[in-house]
Amino acid sequence: MFGKFSFKGGVHPSHCKDQTASLNIETLPAPEKVIIPLSQHIGAPAKIAVKRDDMVKIGQVLGEAGGFVSAPVHASVSGKVVSVGPFAHPLGKQVTAVEIENDGNDDTVEFTPLPTPWREAAPQEIVQKISAAGIVGMGGASFPTHVKLSPPSNKPIDTVIINGAECEPYLTADHRLMLEKTEEMLCGAMIIKKILGASKIWIGIEENKPDAIAVISEKIAQDKFKEISLAKLKAKYPQGGEKQLINAVTKRQVPSGGLPMDCGCVVQNIGTAYTIWDAVCNGKPLYQRVVTVTGSTIRKPANLLVRIGTPIKTLLEHCDIDYDSTQKVIMGGPMMGLAQSDFTAPVIKSTSGILGYKTLTTGVREYDCISCGNCVKACPIHLVPSYLAKYVQKGLYEDAMTWNILDCMECGSCAYACPSKINLVHYMKVGKFHAMGIKKEKEKK
Amino acid sequence: MSSEQKLLHISTSPHTKYQETVPSIMLSVCLALIPAFAASIYFFGLRALVLTVVCVVTCLATEWVIVRVLLKRPSTLGDFSALVTAMLLAFNLPPDLPPWMAVIGSIFAIGVVKWAFGGLGHNFINPALAGRAFLMASYAAPMTIFGPPRTGTMSGLSESTLASLTNKVDGISGATPLPAFNKIMELLRNESTQASELQFHIIDFQETISHLFFGNVGGCIGETSAAALILGAIFLWYKHIIGLRVPVLFIGTVFLLSWIFNGTGSFFTSEALLIPVYQIFAGGLMLGALYMATDMVTSPITPMGKAIFGIGCGLLAFTIRKFGGYPEGVSYSILLMNLAVPMLDRYNRPKIYGKVHTNA
Repeated sequence: MFGKFSFKGGVHPSHCKDQTASLNIETLPAPEKVIIPLSQHIGAPAKIAVKRDDMVKIGQVLGEAGGFVSAPVHASVSGKVVSVGPFAHPLGKQVTAVEIENDGNDDTVEFTPLPTPWREAAPQEIVQKISAAGIVGMGGASFPTHVKLSPPSNKPIDTVIINGAECEPYLTADHRLMLEKTEEMLCGAMIIKKILGASKIWIGIEENKPDAIAVISEKIAQDKFKEISLAKLKAKYPQGGEKQLINAVTKRQVPSGGLPMDCGCVVQNIGTAYTIWDAVCNGKPLYQRVVTVTGSTIRKPANLLVRIGTPIKTLLEHCDIDYDSTQKVIMGGPMMGLAQSDFTAPVIKSTSGILGYKTLTTGVREYDCISCGNCVKACPIHLVPSYLAKYVQKGLYEDAMTWNILDCMECGSCAYACPSKINLVHYMKVGKFHAMGIKKEKEKK
Repeated sequence: MSSEQKLLHISTSPHTKYQETVPSIMLSVCLALIPAFAASIYFFGLRALVLTVVCVVTCLATEWVIVRVLLKRPSTLGDFSALVTAMLLAFNLPPDLPPWMAVIGSIFAIGVVKWAFGGLGHNFINPALAGRAFLMASYAAPMTIFGPPRTGTMSGLSESTLASLTNKVDGISGATPLPAFNKIMELLRNESTQASELQFHIIDFQETISHLFFGNVGGCIGETSAAALILGAIFLWYKHIIGLRVPVLFIGTVFLLSWIFNGTGSFFTSEALLIPVYQIFAGGLMLGALYMATDMVTSPITPMGKAIFGIGCGLLAFTIRKFGGYPEGVSYSILLMNLAVPMLDRYNRPKIYGKVHTNA
């Protein structure tokens, strides 16, 4: 009864999800120490609200939002703040973080759900709650959720899309949430719809998760979820990219340089929808999340419910990593994830997976571009990556701009498909960096 | 080893890559050429084998000398691109060409066309075709003398047809399919006063086309057997190495134009429909459209550019065949379109997501 939804472009990396797709979410015991960075989202870092030697409880605010496009951070264990200072951050730089020594008591602040049932509450009130809970997009981009839920009045939203594509290989965190927290997640979707006054909710799931599709079709047949429709998506990377998902489901396109709200859509990830429910109905801030730990050097792969701030080392050792054969540790999926240099870097709000990898993409012989056109076919934005890379190699950033380098979303499809093994994403990143500089310079004049 | 001592590798995403590499693509092209190679040995005997081996050895040696001796770089023989050039060049030579000419063609293809411009990925025209064009310009006569295949006739026409034609047209018994066809057309035009009688009944199209399809006709080494070439191309298409756009539009354009300008004065007689079929299986069209026009380096990268490239090749090939001095126009059509590739890419960029329309 459902047509298959898809977009033009993309690649088909092997899914590699079998190891963890059938494993229940397991709670990882809280570590002895957590490191909670003040910047876990796009936008201004949170402003520190605690100092050394303070005693904190779970859910206590460690940092207040540093502006509108920002989000507060909360303690994920109870105990003593042992230090506030620069720590390794999974995004690769040193960032101010709060280190808390766990006292093991798991004392919590009093969680206060929304005073009125959400169906009767005013949208502003719910957004306030979500903002206070420090919720950010949990699919990877970590854009503060309350910003997405407060579109300007001249941009009406008619469609909410819940992103259950999980198109990155290996990751199964969202898949497990859909199976185990189906009702909660669907309630979260309804809350989002209520806030935005949208008329339609879509939940997009790739066809390689038939069990999730079955569970959700069953639920949405019920009367209370009748406003939700299921979009069965073709299993293709990057099906879960916001722009691709919108295009696949609604046939609309987000204008270049714009946001999904410019075409009447808001996309939220499965994990975000669940966390919204948790914040609104239980009053819990975002202090834990589901992380898939898997990969070729992980002997006991798992889907773990992890406190934010847990060092990735704890997760890796819990899942019995084979250190000797590990060459690379990736936070996120293999297509867009970040290679980690430091095992003490903590799990943050947008960490969907930790992968231990044996095989390398570095040191592989790179050939000159043979113009095979694979990158052009793969690019979901329909750019010409090989030409862009050539422009960037020669420092012709302005030419790269006329070939729309700033529309690149760094999904990695081009570099994945390249038979010459040219690291196209690297050139895109360099080119975008310079192009942004040129653009700002021009705007100043 | 403890985690503290462990050094990890850092690199940009993506951390996983598609298994196809440049050497694996080139090797697949070589494999795809094997059926046509086998067919050429079957139809032309040892001389086809000798010529191909000469081309392969010379091309690889030229590549090695340039890369190792002149440029002092790591060897590039392992990417198999020189092997592809060598095989395609050999396939474009007549079986009776003196081997030393093949040596010169190979050195020109690799040395000048490929390496003078920077090697694999930088040549602006197809090296094998450029080698052939160079030999055509230098040794026109040996390049256009074809020995007959082991079975069948040069032109694929039956013995009886040829016998009835030899007293009317000169030199038809030694002609390859395309010149033979042109000569018959000329004959018909001259006798056009009573054309209604003569018409095309003298050509047994069914038999000729089957000969053209399976390959027992005269011609260049690799172009005789359309069946073997198509077989290899299906393999390449299945492996996503060649797309259908260029070959289908190339062959389709030649087919369509040969049908529209079929010269019989009507469109729906059996001759009018068989002439274009004859045209697409005769000469180097299959080899050119399936293996040369689809060469990655010298064809456009954008989908629209590819389409225009394919149609342009077809248009030029038909024009040269129909109105030009050469009976065969495929290689020049591809070479000419190769030159247009940078422009085709520049003006046919794909429509970018989000630039077309907005719903806001």
